[in-house]
Amino acid sequence: MNIAVCVKQTPDTTARIKIADDGKSVVRDNMQWIINPYDEFAIEEALKLVEKHGGEVTIISLGAATAEKTIREALAMGAHAAIRINAEQAPDDPQVTAKALADVLKDGGYDLILLGRRAIDDDQAQIPQLIATVLNLPCVTVVDRLEIDGENGVATREVEGGSQKVAFRLPAVIGANSKLNQPRYRSLKGIMQAKKKKIDVREASLAEAKLVIEKLTYPPAKAAGKIFDTGVDAVPEVVRLLREEAKVI
Amino acid sequence: MPNILIVMEISDGKLKAVNNEMFTAAQTLANETGGAATALFLGENVAGLAEAAGRYGVSKALVIEDAKLAKFSPDVYANAIADAARQVNASTVVMAATFTGKDLMARAAMLLDAGLAQDCVSFRVDGGQVYFTRPMYAGKIFAEVRVTSNPVLVTFRPKSFKPEENAVTVSVDKLSVDLPDPLCVVEKVISSTGGKLDVTQADIVVSGGRGLRGPENWHLIEDMAEALSAATGCSRPVSDEGWRPHGEHVGQTGKTVSPNLYIAVGISGAIQHIAGISSSKYILAVNKDPEAPIFKVADYGIVGDLFEVIPAMTEEIKKLKAN
Repeated sequence: MNIAVCVKQTPDTTARIKIADDGKSVVRDNMQWIINPYDEFAIEEALKLVEKHGGEVTIISLGAATAEKTIREALAMGAHAAIRINAEQAPDDPQVTAKALADVLKDGGYDLILLGRRAIDDDQAQIPQLIATVLNLPCVTVVDRLEIDGENGVATREVEGGSQKVAFRLPAVIGANSKLNQPRYRSLKGIMQAKKKKIDVREASLAEAKLVIEKLTYPPAKAAGKIFDTGVDAVPEVVRLLREEAKVI
Repeated sequence: MPNILIVMEISDGKLKAVNNEMFTAAQTLANETGGAATALFLGENVAGLAEAAGRYGVSKALVIEDAKLAKFSPDVYANAIADAARQVNASTVVMAATFTGKDLMARAAMLLDAGLAQDCVSFRVDGGQVYFTRPMYAGKIFAEVRVTSNPVLVTFRPKSFKPEENAVTVSVDKLSVDLPDPLCVVEKVISSTGGKLDVTQADIVVSGGRGLRGPENWHLIEDMAEALSAATGCSRPVSDEGWRPHGEHVGQTGKTVSPNLYIAVGISGAIQHIAGISSSKYILAVNKDPEAPIFKVADYGIVGDLFEVIPAMTEEIKKLKAN
């Protein structure tokens, strides 16, 4: 199987995010970068599939040269090759990213295109669907289970209160969710081998954005809560507050 | 005149409750931009649902009934939305940011060559321009965004708008669209909650963490949830251990919830958990550790033994509700 995994470099989940002086971007200096956690599930699923069916996994990522550290982490998990689409930073409009990725993906002859259901920085949850629409491929996103049998696939995707089993034929685009698998650790051997794997750099002319960020703000600071240290004795008062003050019960 | 199309989410032949919030959001947007809102119903036999729009002030409905819409296929539905938007010259297309909504609207946007403001929690109109606010970085940052295309597509996060009843009569029109064959089809729907309320849709969520010590103690959570007609949730370790179904996991790599009240029981409050609950209106925490980070985000808290506090609180709630 020839599988592509699209990967985004994102800040660590515990990172403190600071708004830059321009008021519409975040400070990137001294940031701890990681593979977007949802993309890790996609990498793992791709590796499992080629371990079972044979084939190769290619990592595709849009980003600057500084993103190569993260691409190497994906290669260290076991992916075979990588393509970096050169861009100073990830566009604010996911359609711009998706079009650039689709442009590279369309000529790859991939049986499957896997990526995370959303990126944990912009939380857009759009790229799998956007790529699939550009390439006119089946797409199932928020996938917790993937079954491939030859040309046929069944993906189990999460919805409110349950899940749906969705049938499709390959090639297809799958948006990975967090219950799909347990991503493997990068072994020292994998890390060493990754250093020798090739990252093919491509230039791209990015499309015009249709989504523009005008301003970033921090959420309103929360007033300190009413915390009682009297254990069970505080129960009547707290219940009273919930009803009379918060008016939520 | 701005023409706002509201895409309805229909599940099992029924209109999902979240649509009521969308009626209000879209009608408010219409009022503030001198426009009109139309609710779009897609399916096989859905015309009977159209009058529901009238309860919330939306006086126009559009119905597309087609055999190709009988079984849900995201690509077919997205095509229907795009085609309807073109036919009625929609200036804005609105849908709830549910799993289905976020899925469909991204596809529809690409089909329409239009921008999408995804998962927004509010909007404002200034000089004829609409600005949407959406959370980023798991709610650590709020972004005010503008969509530069025509039409503008937007999904609104459930529970961001309160439905406002305003009875009007609805005029219903039918539309036909040319639909492609499906690229993928939903073959089976599996309910994990057994008909119970989902955490993302409930007004109140009672959530348990490792402090509960084991799945055998979950009756504490379930009894309180029952007393409050609430959904039950859990932290990641609880979900990973298999104590509770995955669908209950609330957090950065689980569900994001925005209930009126989130009750965190025996949950320490790791950053990744807070990320899933920060847009709750009120947070109540019960934990034996006074230093637990959850208390920094809680509006109300009790430091104490949850095995004493929770049953006592459930009793107190039942008494309150009985009066």
